[in-house]
Amino acid sequence: MKKQYILKKMLQSLLTIFFVIIFNYFLFRIMPGDPLAMIMRNPRASAEAIERTKELFGLGQPWYMQFFIYLQNLFQGDLGLSFIYKQPVTTVIWDKILPTVLMVGLAQLIAIFVGILLGVIAGWKRGTKIDVVALGFSLVTYSMPTFWLGIILISIFSIGLRWFPTSGMLTPGRSFVSTWVMIQDAAKHLVLPVLTLSLVLIGEYALTMRNTLLDVFTEDYITTVKAKGFDNNYIIKRHAVPNAMLPMITLIAINMGLVIGGTIQVETIFSWPGLGRLMYEALNGRDYPLLQGIFLLITISVILANLIADVTYSYLDPRVKS
Amino acid sequence: MSTIKKEMRMKKLENFMSSFRSNTMGMLGGGILIFFIVVSLLGPLLFPFNPLEFGTAGNALQPPSLSHPLGTDNLGRDVFRNLLAGGRVSLMVGILATVISMFLGTAVGLISGFIGKKTDIILMRITDFFLVLPWLPLVLILAAILGTSVWNIILVIGVTSWAGTARVVRSQTLSLKERPFIERIRAIGADDKTIIVRHILPNVFPLVFANTILITAVAILSETTLSFLGLGDTTRASWGMMLHYAFQSGAASSGAYWYFLPPGIAVVLVVLAFTFLGYAFDEILNPKLKRR
Repeated sequence: MKKQYILKKMLQSLLTIFFVIIFNYFLFRIMPGDPLAMIMRNPRASAEAIERTKELFGLGQPWYMQFFIYLQNLFQGDLGLSFIYKQPVTTVIWDKILPTVLMVGLAQLIAIFVGILLGVIAGWKRGTKIDVVALGFSLVTYSMPTFWLGIILISIFSIGLRWFPTSGMLTPGRSFVSTWVMIQDAAKHLVLPVLTLSLVLIGEYALTMRNTLLDVFTEDYITTVKAKGFDNNYIIKRHAVPNAMLPMITLIAINMGLVIGGTIQVETIFSWPGLGRLMYEALNGRDYPLLQGIFLLITISVILANLIADVTYSYLDPRVKS
Repeated sequence: MSTIKKEMRMKKLENFMSSFRSNTMGMLGGGILIFFIVVSLLGPLLFPFNPLEFGTAGNALQPPSLSHPLGTDNLGRDVFRNLLAGGRVSLMVGILATVISMFLGTAVGLISGFIGKKTDIILMRITDFFLVLPWLPLVLILAAILGTSVWNIILVIGVTSWAGTARVVRSQTLSLKERPFIERIRAIGADDKTIIVRHILPNVFPLVFANTILITAVAILSETTLSFLGLGDTTRASWGMMLHYAFQSGAASSGAYWYFLPPGIAVVLVVLAFTFLGYAFDEILNPKLKRR
């Protein structure tokens, strides 16, 4: 039964990825006018890039052949040539993955931990001052443009207090005596971007945790435990929290899209050399091949994250069968 | 509409209003929102602002003073006037995008839930597809492709944000469809269109409302983000454009807090107001939450 369920989910994800590939293809063809004319008007497009794009688009051939050429190139790992970098899109993207994974991974870990903790406390002490403060904090950070929070943190901690650098991953022009010193320098650069992104995420995790906890409180099994005479702290720790954790797994996966949105803003503000910053550059340079590549990568990551969440969930919740 | 029905609707509305009045979050959100709507409607009439005009060169980045209560921007223009004009753009984008999203989501949800079968499967596949796509990147790319006018931004946000509403409407429609009263109406000869428009839609609408008001919050945030990232309408003085220029001109690093704080605070307050309203409506209208 479980195997069948997982297999079904995997097939569904595969199908969605296929849809994404088709969608991604047509997305960049709804541009008003001739797509190639549009690209050629881009002053940054080199003759070589235009030539490559022509070839990649299968120009002059019927549309189904063009689509077939696109698929063929895609499966060979050929995503075209970036206009800005004048290099293959795959090469450009590859270099940016690690910084993003590092920054986002850290921010997610912190946000999940703090968010869940805050949500549990708020739900537990429902209606008290702690709850109101936690709820207020969550709603305000949730309502805040991520980039604006970043600007405020920069003006306080970088420009005001001079504790952390404003941008980049390593101090430019500095030579490092050892790897350790380099790691320290990178860590200093990491603090503010990670803080910004996690602050934005904490609010959402806390709100969801609080709400699911309150939902769980209304379930019959909690009433049963209460009737048995266990005290409140025990019920929350042993029965309510573990059950409320389940929806969090799904939320963390669904949230991947939101995290990526936040990452674009944070990396832009802090000039962090990752995928988000790259997307910003590609958007403003109208670097369509690069944009297409980045979008494909992030949508596939989101789909895979959802798949992993579904599979994990099926193992943790025995009610999921088919 | 019969008088009995009218009375029932009035009674429902009264009940809703009395629950709403006792809901702190809802009243707070409503208050903030009314304030912003009034200020954005009247403000620009009293203190007009033209985003295409430059100020005087020697007047750039002046701190708050009597003649400029919120100082001046990098082009020597009055920040306070710009802020007033920005409210109009943000609220307009938020509300119009929500209308598009609400219309699409309700239509897809109703059709999917009511007709069922293959139509349902296909429509829900598309809905799930939109739910899984990372939203902000999609909006950014669409805006970059279509061109950066405020109308395109509204369209892009509206067309990409309906999936959640569709899901809610579909599940409501599915359960309403099986209720005895629908069967009775069908028995006296009502056709599908009448049943959907006259009997299912009015019952689904309250939940749609709670759901879409949260979309308004997201839409306003996205417009701000879009503009900030350089995909905004340069002919409009939105809060996002203010923040864009503030960051580009280095207002944050030169300590010009009067330039980058007010538009951000305004965005937070408006988004918070919509979020509060959404939560309040959900609390009042969603029977599941009453048990908590």
